[in-house]
Amino acid sequence: MKSFNKWIADGTPWVWLNAAAVSASVLLVVGLLLLIGVRGFTHFWPLEIQEIVYLQDNGEEVVIAGQIREEENVTAQRLRESGLEVDENKQFVTRYLLKIGNRDIGGQDFRWILEPSIQSIKKPHSMTVFEREEWGVFIGRLIAVREAGQLLGNADTWVDFQQRLERANELRDEINKLKKGSIGTVNYRLERLRLRQRSLEIKGKLAPVSLGDIETEREALKAEYKGLEEALARLYAKLQRDAVVVTTAAGQELELPMSSIVAAHRPNQMGLIGKIGHFFHNIWKFVADDPREANTEGGIFPAIFGTVLMVLLMSVFVTPLGVVAAVYLKEYARQGLFTRFIRIAVNNLAGVPSIVYGVFGLGFFVYTLGGSLDRLFFPEALPAPTFGTGGLFWASLTLALLTLPVVIVSTEEGLSRIPRSIREGSLALGATQWETLWRTVLPMASPGIMTGLILAVARAAGEVAPLMLVGVVKLAPALPLDGNAPFLHLDRKFMHLGFHIYDVGFQSPNVEAARPLVYATALLLVVVIVLLNLVAIQVRNRLSEKYRGLES
Amino acid sequence: MTQKNKIQAGAVQRVPNLHPTAVTINDLDLYYGKTQALQQINLNIPASQVTAFIGPSGCGKSTLLRCFNRLNDLIDSCRINGEILLDGRDIYAENIDVAELRREVGIVFQKPNPFPKSIYENVAYGLRIQGINKRRQLDESVEWALKGAALWDEVKNRLNESAFSLSGGQQQRLVIARAIAVQPKFILLDEPCSALDPISTLKVEELISELKSQYTIIMVTHNMQQAARVSDYTAFMYMGELIEFGTTDQVFTNPRLKKTEEYITGRYG
Repeated sequence: MKSFNKWIADGTPWVWLNAAAVSASVLLVVGLLLLIGVRGFTHFWPLEIQEIVYLQDNGEEVVIAGQIREEENVTAQRLRESGLEVDENKQFVTRYLLKIGNRDIGGQDFRWILEPSIQSIKKPHSMTVFEREEWGVFIGRLIAVREAGQLLGNADTWVDFQQRLERANELRDEINKLKKGSIGTVNYRLERLRLRQRSLEIKGKLAPVSLGDIETEREALKAEYKGLEEALARLYAKLQRDAVVVTTAAGQELELPMSSIVAAHRPNQMGLIGKIGHFFHNIWKFVADDPREANTEGGIFPAIFGTVLMVLLMSVFVTPLGVVAAVYLKEYARQGLFTRFIRIAVNNLAGVPSIVYGVFGLGFFVYTLGGSLDRLFFPEALPAPTFGTGGLFWASLTLALLTLPVVIVSTEEGLSRIPRSIREGSLALGATQWETLWRTVLPMASPGIMTGLILAVARAAGEVAPLMLVGVVKLAPALPLDGNAPFLHLDRKFMHLGFHIYDVGFQSPNVEAARPLVYATALLLVVVIVLLNLVAIQVRNRLSEKYRGLES
Repeated sequence: MTQKNKIQAGAVQRVPNLHPTAVTINDLDLYYGKTQALQQINLNIPASQVTAFIGPSGCGKSTLLRCFNRLNDLIDSCRINGEILLDGRDIYAENIDVAELRREVGIVFQKPNPFPKSIYENVAYGLRIQGINKRRQLDESVEWALKGAALWDEVKNRLNESAFSLSGGQQQRLVIARAIAVQPKFILLDEPCSALDPISTLKVEELISELKSQYTIIMVTHNMQQAARVSDYTAFMYMGELIEFGTTDQVFTNPRLKKTEEYITGRYG
């Protein structure tokens, strides 16, 4: 008993307890990252295509081709109950989830198959995965390439196909550039012009002269637009030239226009290095491309961009506001009951659920402030709202409000860590309180301010709920930053990684296709937050290095 | 006046100075909230001399020192009655610009408190506050101040290094340089050597002796030997009252009051 008490008293159990707690935390974090990492990234690995002769429930033998995405054991009992014939001796049956693609033919692109019903498996080299603009992937064989209706009779169809695909992709790039670049700009300027005319009308200053000016300008723009449209039509016509003839594993032959194919690869022919290359290529496309097909295909670039831009704007709004508030509370305000009350209020504000901020943002920022702004400055656009609807600006402001308490508290802490002697030293040299603040106290408190900002960024980047009310959308037509003046469009709606996860995971029609994307997007969100934080931490470390004498 | 009877000292403190008076304190009372920290201080401090305040901890000598540049203003609960005249000017009058006053009255604290800036910028701080930003003028003033604080030779090749790279004694001299860079008339020293080693202490003490020809120096010290070594006049304080004031020689060799003698000989403190 005595030795037990001694054991308790010397602290050994506490050391073990602490170590256990730390280990558990580390394990959980690593486990989380591993889970979403593995689930997310295996999606990008080029899986081999299995050509399977399969005995269906109705006794019919079919040939299907696909990639095995999942494998699980089910009890034979369960299958028997659902009316399937299973070997009497078997307890468990393996079944596979096969991605068969070809949604336009079969109606669904995933299929469960039972292991005992598989007659044979082959991995033919000729099996090809075509990624398409719509209907998901096509899995099958390339038979021939058609150029302007003529079959090409070359020996190597794959080489022919690759050349034509490259040409198609170049054309597609050109089309996109035209659409988003010149045509987008012309449209934007036309809209501006309409708004200008409308605004003159409202003000009653629409003199015939200015109307004439506007008309001439509009004519010029329309002519320009027409020219661009023709160029676009020519490009489309060029794009339509080629097509490929393909067959499904079951032997059905069909023709795919080259314009619908984005990429193609033959996983069964790839070596390890080829696969690794393809893997990273896929990841890059995921990060850098726009989404397609209700966000279940393509990349998530606009969501990454929107998230980062929103967080940066939020930092720009929250830092000065929080710092100024904290400086007043700590340095100028007479400490007493009132300041204590304000501090309690600020701390409580940090605990308010984020959706409440969303409601506030919608009610106050969007409807009240935005509505007034629209009436005052953008009457020409009404009834279409400019700032009277959710957008980047209101979303950033709402999040700035949400993170304000964190910045205030950390700044106050930073300020109170500065020794009295430094302030007195500055004041004794004839500096006013303001000069003391500006020249010594604030720079020395900057690491504290950065700490607040780091916490704010971490919190803001992961918020989804309030954003859904104040400006995030499933698919934004344009990035909030582009080449049209004023370049940064604060009124635009934007995409966000957190909301994207929700959208793809729960609002998507194609569950099986969306699942790995949810993991991949989640991992990316974590990566984005970590990167933003690393930048902020780097800045903070520099600052504390600069003012390091503080602690001594 | 009743106070004079109470502390039986008013006449004693007003010793006829051999030097012109720089600071005159009349009937000074100071309160922190309800506690009285200074009682009826009456004192004339001579110009261009070193005056030391001695006394046990908590006797109010630092508080009195911090009255001369109104640093006590920073404490919300601090209240003052009576008057302090610096060169005949009442520094607690309403029309006094406190920043201007503090420029004239430099102070050096117990622990060196350099700013987290380079050595150069520390010395230039007060000048930049005054709006002096011309490089040549700053260079000259910084060099002059560092030479005045006997630090120039040690730091002239590393002016852009952080002030924290200096030793404690060097930091304290840097702080003195920072104070004299704005060319004050007075320098207040609040136990300037208590955080320093003996060699640094010696250097700072030598510096004080050099500086007194140009500045009126008032210092607070715990160290009786230091007061004896450095100062020309000594004021002994006890429990918020000024007990005895006179030339250092007289106070240390022939104290007029028994209390002073007891403190100096180490019977309490």
